[in-house]
Amino acid sequence: MTTNVQADLYQQVILEHNKKPKNFGKLEGATHTAEGFNPLCGDHLWIYLTVDFAGKIEKVGFEGSGCAISKASASMMTVTLTGKTVDEAKTIFTEFHKLLLGELNPDTEPHQLGKLKIFSGIWQYPARVKCAALSWHTMNGALDRSQTVSTE
Amino acid sequence: MNGAPNKWDVFKVRADFPALGTLARGKPLVYLDSAATTLKARSVVEAVEKHFLLGAANVHRGVHFLSEVATRQYEEARAKIRLFLNAKENAEIVLTSGTTASVNLVAKSYGTFLKDGDEVLITHMEHHSNIVPWQMLGEERGTKLKVAPVDDSGEIILEEFQKLLSPRTKIVSFVYISNALGTVNPAAELIRLVRAHAPEAVVFMDCAQAVAHVPLDVQALDVDFLAFSAHKLFGPTGTGVLYGKRALLEKMPPVFGGGDMIRSVTFEKTTYAGLPVKFEAGTPNIGGVIGLGAAIDYVNSVGLEAINAWEQELLAYATERLREIPGLRLIGTAKKKTAICGFFLDDVHPHDIGSLLDAEGVAIRAGHHCTQPLMARFGVPATARASFSLYNTKAEVDALVEAIRKAQKIFA
Repeated sequence: MTTNVQADLYQQVILEHNKKPKNFGKLEGATHTAEGFNPLCGDHLWIYLTVDFAGKIEKVGFEGSGCAISKASASMMTVTLTGKTVDEAKTIFTEFHKLLLGELNPDTEPHQLGKLKIFSGIWQYPARVKCAALSWHTMNGALDRSQTVSTE
Repeated sequence: MNGAPNKWDVFKVRADFPALGTLARGKPLVYLDSAATTLKARSVVEAVEKHFLLGAANVHRGVHFLSEVATRQYEEARAKIRLFLNAKENAEIVLTSGTTASVNLVAKSYGTFLKDGDEVLITHMEHHSNIVPWQMLGEERGTKLKVAPVDDSGEIILEEFQKLLSPRTKIVSFVYISNALGTVNPAAELIRLVRAHAPEAVVFMDCAQAVAHVPLDVQALDVDFLAFSAHKLFGPTGTGVLYGKRALLEKMPPVFGGGDMIRSVTFEKTTYAGLPVKFEAGTPNIGGVIGLGAAIDYVNSVGLEAINAWEQELLAYATERLREIPGLRLIGTAKKKTAICGFFLDDVHPHDIGSLLDAEGVAIRAGHHCTQPLMARFGVPATARASFSLYNTKAEVDALVEAIRKAQKIFA
């Protein structure tokens, strides 16, 4: 099978988020935080969320080190989740997870992924799926109050 | 060396490795990941295939014809390993599932002689398989783990190594060639220091990376234990070797109990078999061991010295070409190295380099190489690593350099 790695993994949007990630840095006063790491490759990040009393995510931040895929995924996640409710975040998490595994076709099935559908080609690179999934699993862990998340 | 060609004919060698003719992502495969596992020589695969297709009987058991054939081939392979390592006798060659199993065997078995306060000395460049078993031993028996530091080029700092040796040191375990850095450690000098400053210590050498690149002579080295895996020597996975001096292996207790490792069993009392089967409970990886024997035949036919000479030429060329790339930092610049080039780019993360090179058919390793403490030492989360073997060419070095430059452009 021939694939086009630039179209599948390294579209311009990914490269831009990698270069200039949004909401990068520790979020002071966060109500939920978690640390995530991928023991296979050493990617390591922290996710911070501020959730108000009504269950709305006011702010999301991240810091850490990783590849372009994991950084761009984290950056785009912070943008997507800002202003969403915890329930909405959970739904998008589930959809994104399915997208990464190639179990959701964003062109034929309904979803709330928006720009995140750019990750739809990644299932063809099983070794890289975890890079894109790390920040999301960590975010989900933070909402569930688990403090350390490992994508093993 | 016997059988070594006068002039290196890399294309003749490449014909022995059918995988080199395959495509990766639609491009001709450029395999630069031999430090993770080497490609398999055709003669090795044929020997394994022959065993399984024509006579996959068990060893050391039946009196029937096929079992005798299998036993003879299995023991012939052990004899080949003995000669390959220049061990004194076949009884000193214990067959395991790989280097990791060999380290664990010694930690579990020889480790029973250690007590609270005894010390195990390793180096900062060890693979996790030569760190974790000693930590487990520490949890079990209260032994202390000491770590000899490495300098910025990736060489062990000998004065510091010496300072960590004392009568409390009971085991010294070090890697001969670093899988992440390519450093060839001064084994003879390290062992001399151990004998002079830690008289009670036994020395274990992890030769997983070394075995396909430099000759190993356990008697010349006067090493107590030495381990390697078949799969880094053009052989099958799941097979490895533990060499141990007879006097040590004899006094060590077995780790696994079961078939083959006994002399007699009653419910009241079991007596163990002699060496080496005392440490080989259960049906072994017969096909794998036969494959390892064939791999040693292959390496002998080409000649380790000739292999090493070619790899040094590749290393010199690759180092020169990689240094031309702006923003590329080589991790591992020891004076004595084998053909492993670990590197880090300012703007492209190693995993992204890995994927972008993969798209060009260039297979390298990206990650921490099971050496997380070493990555921390060099201040990087991971490196990209191109590793070379006897079948690689200078044109493949060029393909690597071109693919790196292309990756840099995409990320510019």
